[in-house]
Amino acid sequence: MASATAIPLSYVARNLWTRRLTTALTAGGLALVVWVFATVLMLDAGLKQTLVTTGEHDNIVAIRRGSETEIQSGISRTQANIIASHPAVALGTDGERMVSKETVVLISLKKTGAGKPSNVIIRGVSAKGMTLRPQIRLAQGRPFRPGSAEIMVGSSIARGFEGTAVGDTLHFAQRDWTVSGHFDAGGSGFDSEIWGDADQLMQAFRRIGYSSMVVRLADAGDATLEQLRGDINADPRLTNEIKREQVFYSDQSRALSTFITILGLTLTAIFSIGAMIGAMITMYASVSSRVAEIGTLRALGFRRSGVLYAFMAESLLLGLAGGLIGLAFASLMQFASFSTTNFQTFADL
Amino acid sequence: MEELPGRKSEKTAATEALVKIRGLAKSYRRGDQVVPVLSDISLDIMPGDFTALMGPSGSGKSTLLNLIAGIDKPDSGELRVAGIDITALGESELADWRAANVGFIFQFYNLMPVLTAFENVELPLMLTGLSRSERRARVELTLDAVGLSDRLQHYPNELSGGQQQRVAIARAIVTDPTLLVADEPTGDLDRVSAADVLAMMQRLNAELGKTIIMVTHDANAAHAARKIIHLDKGEILAQPGDKGEILPEPPS
Repeated sequence: MASATAIPLSYVARNLWTRRLTTALTAGGLALVVWVFATVLMLDAGLKQTLVTTGEHDNIVAIRRGSETEIQSGISRTQANIIASHPAVALGTDGERMVSKETVVLISLKKTGAGKPSNVIIRGVSAKGMTLRPQIRLAQGRPFRPGSAEIMVGSSIARGFEGTAVGDTLHFAQRDWTVSGHFDAGGSGFDSEIWGDADQLMQAFRRIGYSSMVVRLADAGDATLEQLRGDINADPRLTNEIKREQVFYSDQSRALSTFITILGLTLTAIFSIGAMIGAMITMYASVSSRVAEIGTLRALGFRRSGVLYAFMAESLLLGLAGGLIGLAFASLMQFASFSTTNFQTFADL
Repeated sequence: MEELPGRKSEKTAATEALVKIRGLAKSYRRGDQVVPVLSDISLDIMPGDFTALMGPSGSGKSTLLNLIAGIDKPDSGELRVAGIDITALGESELADWRAANVGFIFQFYNLMPVLTAFENVELPLMLTGLSRSERRARVELTLDAVGLSDRLQHYPNELSGGQQQRVAIARAIVTDPTLLVADEPTGDLDRVSAADVLAMMQRLNAELGKTIIMVTHDANAAHAARKIIHLDKGEILAQPGDKGEILPEPPS
């Protein structure tokens, strides 16, 4: 009985091995495509992970209506107080309202090594600021003391910028600020921020209003959120909008995420056209240099489909090798971490 | 057997012809021109024959061989091998038919360079239902018969031309085909190796009763056959007969 799958795999594999230089180059081209594509996807997933873990589900962020980021936003002291006194706001164990009125400013700091300046977010928070973000843990030193010129820096900042060791002083806004401690925000966006006392920072930067405020809801359900939103919209003194913290931060990553995805897809498309042409040339050469062999196989009684299968198997084997090599290299990329600029805040991420 | 006008009758055969050809024609298209290669060929080849097809280049001898071996199709005419009308077979059926009935020997051996002598001979057996151990036994027996039992694991480029052609002969006979076809089997060999290969084909014919059709333009090679058919411009010049009757003395 003749069967279409009769050409032994050893024939297929050994043909690849005999032309190993061509095989290696083609597989290398395919590997490059897979590597680029996988790395871009990993980068995008990493970015989303960073910004989504920044938020807590039952926290909401209030900003000025129409502004997309805290940098653009402004909330007056009056507005902040009205929102803070809303019944939807949770109370802490100490009976205080779970609210952090915050001010966000960008300053320029020198990066370690290259000494190149980069934008960094300084966040002035209220006393409840840390309580509202349970993912933030003290890594070294102690928290800043409210009412003093002390700051604490996130772990990414501590790693990447000069003069941020505990006890160092940073000079900005015409004042010297002592680093009292480092905090670890579990890989979230807060790791790339410097935190200090909101009132001290507002004085130093001559701000009269807050940038945003974070509020813990008494009840995480959508009903409470909608009630608060309705009351804010109905109050003519309030020009604010509220979002869940997670939504707020993932919205911020959208532009960058889209950019990375489009860039990645474009690169991958161009690379894969090149790799496909390379693979086509390789397989074409493989077929044309073996016309006599194909004729012999046919004469021996192998069917057309059997010969086709052998060459398909050869190209699939080639693609499989390329894909596996590409993925192997891409999986090494998980040990690399990137610093990039968030387009919407212009701050280092 | 039918009488053909202008040709003398076949010797009455006791057995049915293995290859029976009547009015076979074949032409190729070159651009918009039709080039006739074979016109109105009629021929019988009996079981156990060793026939040489001779003729100058372009006489159509290789085309005739390809038609008989089922790797090409005629335009018209009748072509039966062992009673089967192979012109009626489809592409895949024809491939299966070749696998079971025809053994090929080529001028340039056409061994698979990436496979060893053993694997080359085993290749046609892949199309049979034989088990691995049965295949191994058959391959070893066949390679032993062509005197290469010590070269099983050698690759073609490690063998001489004569040895490669012997591997090719082993590959052609390993499936025990009804018909053995050879296209210039000595065309690429030196005198000694050629004589060696021809002697082997004579032995296959004499001892195993293999029916062999060989294309050649070398009179020495043709002399090894029992019968010679001369072709020129797509037509048979003389009826097949004993070579003594037809052949002038081969050049010595």
